[in-house]
This record gives sequence, C-alpha cells and structure tokens, in this order.
Amino acid sequence: MQSFVLPYTAVLSARFRMILQYRAAAIAGFVTQIGWGAIRVMAMEAFYRSTSAPQPMHLEDVVTYIWLGQALLGLLPWNPDTEIRNMVRSGTVAYELVRPVNLYTYWFSRSMAFRLAPTFMRSIPLAILALLFFGMQAPASPEALLFWLAATVGAVLLSTALTVILSITLMWTIAGEGVSFLVSPVIYFLAGMVIPLPLFPDWAQRVLDILPFRGICDAPFRLYMGHIPATEAWEVLFHQVIWIVILVAFGAWLLSRATRRLVVQGG
Amino acid sequence: MPHILVDNIVKTFRIAQRRPGLWGALHGVVRREYRTIKALDRVSFELEPGELVGYIGPNGAGKSTTVKVLSGILVPDSGRCEIDGRIPWRNRISNAANIGVVFGQRTQLWWDLPVIESFDLLRDIYRIENGDYLRARDELAVLMDLEPLYDVPVRQLSLGQRMRCDLAAALLHAPSVLFLDEPTIGLDAVSKLAVRDFIKRLNRDRGVTVVLTTHDMDDIEALCDRVMVIGHGRILSDSTLDDLRTRVTRERRLIIDLLDEGQAIEDPDVTFISRNGNRVHLQFDPDRVPTAALISRITAKYAIKDLFVENPPIEEIISRLYDEHELR
Repeated sequence: MQSFVLPYTAVLSARFRMILQYRAAAIAGFVTQIGWGAIRVMAMEAFYRSTSAPQPMHLEDVVTYIWLGQALLGLLPWNPDTEIRNMVRSGTVAYELVRPVNLYTYWFSRSMAFRLAPTFMRSIPLAILALLFFGMQAPASPEALLFWLAATVGAVLLSTALTVILSITLMWTIAGEGVSFLVSPVIYFLAGMVIPLPLFPDWAQRVLDILPFRGICDAPFRLYMGHIPATEAWEVLFHQVIWIVILVAFGAWLLSRATRRLVVQGG
Repeated sequence: MPHILVDNIVKTFRIAQRRPGLWGALHGVVRREYRTIKALDRVSFELEPGELVGYIGPNGAGKSTTVKVLSGILVPDSGRCEIDGRIPWRNRISNAANIGVVFGQRTQLWWDLPVIESFDLLRDIYRIENGDYLRARDELAVLMDLEPLYDVPVRQLSLGQRMRCDLAAALLHAPSVLFLDEPTIGLDAVSKLAVRDFIKRLNRDRGVTVVLTTHDMDDIEALCDRVMVIGHGRILSDSTLDDLRTRVTRERRLIIDLLDEGQAIEDPDVTFISRNGNRVHLQFDPDRVPTAALISRITAKYAIKDLFVENPPIEEIISRLYDEHELR
C-alpha cells in the first residue's frame, strides 16, 4: 500500500515545497486579497444599508463569508495547472508518459499541490488578520468547525478534480489562455466569490444546488458560520462526494482519450 | 522472441493547416484543413539484448516517432511492437518501469529543484528500493562526476551538466533498454566525449540495450556497430557501418602533401576533389585500381612529402543515401 501511493505523495510534497519557495508571489497575493476583500465588504455594506427588505443572510455572516472566500481564494479551480501547461507547450509532457504511474492519479497529485500550497501560505495569516480586525467571526460552534473542516477536504478534492480536467483540455488547445478566459468568470460567479450564493433568487438556488461549484466555497463557508445547520452537513458532504466521483471519472476518461490522440509538440 | 520487436508499424498524424496571413487565420477559424503525414510507414526491425544501434535520418524522418512508439507515448495506427513481450502502449506502466528515455532537447528533471531532489523524487516515482537506489546513484555519480552538481538547481546547470544528470535520471531504475533521442545535441566537444564514453561503458559493462538517434555522425562512428537509416518513415538501410559504406560508395580518398606547390597530379584512375596549398584531395575506386598500385604509381611520378588514404566521411555516405532516396 505504502509503495503504491508513494509516487503520488512524493510528487505532491515536492510540488508543495517548490511552491512554498515563491514568497514574493505569496505576499503580493496576500495584499491583493485583503484589498479586494475590503472592497467586497464595503459594497455589501452599502447594499445592506440601502435595502429594508429582509435578506437571507445577516450582514455579519456576509462579511465572514467574504473573508473566508478571500482566504481560500487559491482553492478556486479557475485555471489549468501551470506546470502541466508548460509541459504540454514544450513537449516535456512526453516524459510524463514514460513514468510507471497512473497518469491521472499523478496529475491529480500535482494539481492538488498546485491548489493547496499557495492557499496554505496565504489563508492562515489572512484569516488571523480578518478575525482580529476586519469583522470576520469565529466558527459558530465546535460542531460547525468540524463539519467545515470536513467540507473543506471535499472542496479541495472537488477543486483538484476540476483543475485536472482544465489541464487535460490543454492537450487539445495547447495554449490554455482561452480555457482560463472562458472558465474563470463562470467559476468565480457560480462558486459565490462575486455575490454570496444565498443572495441569489430562488429559481437560481435550484440550479446552484445541483451544480458542483457550490461545494467549493459556499457550502463549506455556511457550515462554518452555522448558516447551514450541522444536521444538514451530511447533505453537503454527500453532494461533494457525488461530484468528486463524477468529475474524477470524467477526467480519467478524458485523459485516456487525450493520450490516444497525442501529438507531442516539437517532433 | 527478440528483445525488441517492431513489425510493420504505421503511424500517421493529422495536422491542422493554416494558410499564411490574416486571411488564412480567419479562414482557419471557419474551416479547418487537415494534412495527413505518414510519420512511420511500415517500419520493422528487431534488436537483441545488449545491442547498441544508431538510428539516423533527416529531420522529420520518423526517428523520434519510433522512440515514442517504443516508449508507449504514441499509439501506432497498425503494426506490432513488443519490448520483452510487452506492448508499450497497452502495458505502458510495466513497460515504463523497464525502459529509460532521454529526449536530448528536454529535461526530465524538475527545473526548480536541486539535482539530488529530482533523483530522490524519481526513486519514489519508480518505487526503487532505497539500497538499490543509492547504489545506482553512486555508480552513475562516479561515472559522470555528478556529485558536485547535486545541490545545484537544474535551471542553473550548463547544457553539458544537465545532459549528464538527465542520463543518470533515466538509469536510476536500472532499465534494460535505453532510448536516447539526440543526447549530444548542442553539447560542446568535451561534454560530447563524456556522454559518448558513458554510453559506451553502459552498453559494454552492463549490457544495456541502447537505441541512439542522432544527427552527429561522430556519435555513430564512435559508438554504433549497427546503423539504421530512416527517411520518409521507411527504413532505408539496416546494417553495420562498414556494410553501409561499401554499399553506398566504394570510393576512397587519397590525400597527398606535395613538396612543390605548383604541381598538378594527373592520373587516369583518380578524380580531383580539392586543393589547399600543398595538400591535394583525390578520390579513387579501389575496385578499378588496387590501392597499393595507385600509390606506387603516384609516388614514382611526383615529389611527395606525405600521403594517406581515408574512407569518405560518414556525413557524405549518409548524404548520398538521402540523395538516392530523394530526401532533399
């Protein structure tokens, strides 16, 4: 067993350590995310002040939701894995296929580090700052904290599965800018990073409930602040698991298609 | 059952074509036109364990495609291919554990990691037992003087250093076959010699089967007994270097250093090629005139300081073979 998972954990941890070296990028991201968070909070405050109708979420909850989102922004699957993109462009991807490993699992591990490492670096200082100074609240209860953590694991897997699919599409498109350009606004919007999902109208809720994107940010965040009660936490986790299974299966199928029609760039 | 079997492999690529210019780009958006390229057209050969084979041909002849089919990267359209009984693209994972591959123009090392960490990572990826790994690594380190490079990030290595590390990286898991796709490309003379020497020892001492693609004829001359020439996706020749030579041209070079610069050499059996000061390059056919007879005739007639007979350079032989098959 240990020897079976070894290649995958090894590549994950190597990539993780590599990304931790990029401190300048982390600091830049940190500052930008605080700036954006402040703007989003101000916009929401203005919106709440201008309306007298009851809203599906309290302002304090919205503020916490926004700061959680800023802290965990790195988890959003908005672009393909940059390392895989470079490999496809340069043709180095050929080496990926001469490794005695399952390519999908291998890329999944790579992409997981790609999502986790930057998030890991930025989220903790940002959350501390937001908790102390910017009105972010602590978890609603120990139970809420626990379920939030569980759902965050699900969110990481969900996000990684989507990232791998985006990366695989590079085998057709090669450039990859197009994919990011099309996908990133959609993901931002549907995950709740523009407007918190509970503020969407009822008809939209029915669609959002089916789509996988709710499981990446919205549902875990609302577990954190008790907006989804702990009794309904299993539904959130179940929804995540179903989508993880679907996206992993689809990704693995797509990759087997991609490698069958491979043209390695540069002869 | 041969060690490596390639039997009638065909591989075609469909490549989207774009007409030049802005109009061409727009046209391409609306309607794609495809061109089919036959990269491999019924390629067949067999290799026995421990062979060191040179695989040469002009750019785009199908050399890299063959290597990629054998490594399980590309799936051919038809034909049979086995390495130690495994079909590379069907048993990709077990085949990968048994072969080593180096693509000279690309590195398999992690750009931002020190060399030693790339090696450690490969140990885990290939699931090499740590004792075996350390033994293999230290052996390779001695052969190619790698230890001083261990802590250097790959991006800071010179091309020659990188190639030595890449060769080691392909061999840590002790594969029985090594595919080298232009391993000496862009290297300086010293690095080339080091790489050649290493390949030779690897093949001789450990019996690793080596398939070497290259454009550098010195590589071939220094390393390979057997040479396969490919062009337009077909094997044009598969023989020893000497046989290839005799088949393509029997001609020899006669190089003469004259005592007297103004002299011209005239003999019915030689053709004049070039002259550089005192030195005259001539060509003759040893079937028409025995070498010894020709030399004694010329030395009797002219005042000569020095003289030697050479085979035509391998570049010329290959270039003639290409010409025969209209590869240019």
